[in-house]
Amino acid sequence: MDAILKVSGIGKRFVLHQAQSAVLTVLESISFALFPGECLVLSGHSGAGKSTLMRILYGNYLASRGSIRIRHGGEWLEMAGAEPRQTLALRRHTIGYVSQFLRVIPRVTALDVVMEPALLRGCARKTAQSKAEALLTRLNIPERLWHLAPGTFSGGEQQRINIARGFIAPWPLLLVDEPTASLDETNRQVVLDLIAEAKAADSAIIGIFHDRSAREAIASRFLNLESARAHTGGESFHAA
Amino acid sequence: MSALSCDTLLESRARRRADADEDSPENFSEATTPRPAWAAESPLLQAEHVTRLFGPEQGCQDVSFTLYPGEVLGLAGESGSGKSTLLAALSGRLLPEAGHVRYHDGKDWLDVHAVGESRRRTLLRTEWGFVEQNPRDGLRMSVSAGANIGERLMAQGARHYGKLRQAALDWLRHVEIEPARIDDTPGSFSGGMRQRLQIARNLVSFPRLVFMDEPTGGLDVSVQARILDLLRNLVRELKLSVVLVTHDLAVARLLADRLMVMRRSRIVEAGLTDQILDDPQHPYTQLLVSSILKV
Ligand SMILES: Nc1ncnc2c1ncn2[C@@H]1O[C@H](COP(=O)(O)OP(=O)(O)OP(=O)(O)O)[C@@H](O)[C@H]1O
Ligand SMILES: Nc1ncnc2c1ncn2[C@@H]1O[C@H](COP(=O)(O)OP(=O)(O)OP(=O)(O)O)[C@@H](O)[C@H]1O
Ligand SMILES: [Mg+2]
Ligand SMILES: [Mg+2]
Repeated sequence: MDAILKVSGIGKRFVLHQAQSAVLTVLESISFALFPGECLVLSGHSGAGKSTLMRILYGNYLASRGSIRIRHGGEWLEMAGAEPRQTLALRRHTIGYVSQFLRVIPRVTALDVVMEPALLRGCARKTAQSKAEALLTRLNIPERLWHLAPGTFSGGEQQRINIARGFIAPWPLLLVDEPTASLDETNRQVVLDLIAEAKAADSAIIGIFHDRSAREAIASRFLNLESARAHTGGESFHAA
Repeated sequence: MSALSCDTLLESRARRRADADEDSPENFSEATTPRPAWAAESPLLQAEHVTRLFGPEQGCQDVSFTLYPGEVLGLAGESGSGKSTLLAALSGRLLPEAGHVRYHDGKDWLDVHAVGESRRRTLLRTEWGFVEQNPRDGLRMSVSAGANIGERLMAQGARHYGKLRQAALDWLRHVEIEPARIDDTPGSFSGGMRQRLQIARNLVSFPRLVFMDEPTGGLDVSVQARILDLLRNLVRELKLSVVLVTHDLAVARLLADRLMVMRRSRIVEAGLTDQILDDPQHPYTQLLVSSILKV
């Protein structure tokens, strides 16, 4: 099977104009390819750039250099320099992302938050709603919360809403940033099952997990961002 | 979509859902993932080097961008940076001293400033909408809410009283105004209600392109949230293309797909909204983003 994602020579520097234009080099020359059905786990110490790399892959951060090609609707699309509507089309159909924290929108109910990605892909409302309800049930979100806006939910409840949202559609590429971080053992296991099912359905997954046993249960491969940097002769952060 | 019909939003919603039922993708095999839309789609609006200056760095200069159907483009920047000037130039209200604005009406490209006053007025009443910051400027204060909503439909030839009234009632409901207020004049409405009425008045003809200048400026935060929620839903349901001026980055985050940041008459940074807000590159954008608490 052909790769879904080809990353080559990705680097990321932040230039902090508010702080005497200090330069923070976070990633230097990351390269890898990812195939359907694989789960690549990003590792490295806190601040190594795991979330940064994931955000670059989602188009939320700009890469400072390098190329990211992704297979979308049977064609390869270069994300570096892509137009906003191309990135948005990728997000609608090809790349799913479970961010670490839910972004709450006033007046939008939990059920609507979860259904949204399916509706944006053209899924019928009925279908989207029954999928959303099934996921919320599976993630042990009590039915009385479904029609409330998640602004007042607990941290773990918000995270589970976010996870349901991420798993409502069958993404060719799914990015998950610490999805089990504030969950109890039961819900943690549900999330690991969801990831395993997505893998079995040929999604390619990139994940960040602090929890070692989760990592080992899920990973097909690891990418250590520190050694990736060391390997290419980079150094740790420096300010210019 | 016939602008003449008194088609309700709910009917058009129902139609879209029925369409969606036919092709709901259950998996992502390449047969079901649509071919990239950008391959075929024609842009809606194109600005090329648009310039109108009232003094050095006062106004807008050298602004270029392309807007596609269904896109919401936010325009952010500090007071006096030229946002309203640019909006006026884009919508044909203000003649640029250099550059062009072109609009694709589905068949042909029109030069917005060369088409002539009557064609431009027709555009503004049918395919375009303009939501003013102050609802007083966008409403007819002396006539009823119902007449405000019906005006565009009448300008487009609708005459049937019952249908006009029904459309007005439907739209009052869409914007969450008590239908019983249909015969009241906007003077008796609160600021938030007036703004919602102005939105109804503009969207009743299902415009393709809507210009909005700070649609939630000057309103209480709780009233703002309601209008933002309304706009967010309408923009999606009707697949509107919007150019939205706002100095509020949280509003931009909520409504805009793309963002252009203006400073002293120039665009200093443009791109995907969340990327601009989370990873701003230009010193001015970084300053703007860091000076608010959290968006
Ligand atoms: N938008 C930004 N602007 C400036 N610096 C940033 C930005 N985002 C991340 N950084 C910096 O980049 C570095 C890497 O951050 P990142 O969040 O990628 O780390 P991480 O590996 O995910 O760490 P953790 O395990 O703690 O989540 C940090 O020093 C962080 O401060
Ligand atoms: N008709 C005019 N005659 C002279 N100067 C003008 C005119 N219209 C605008 N200006 C000036 O052009 C500059 C840009 O004004 P504009 O109204 O476009 O700003 P803005 O970004 O919309 O600001 P705000 O956020 O305060 O509404 C200002 O310095 C303004 O004084
Ligand atoms: Mg992280
Ligand atoms: Mg203005």
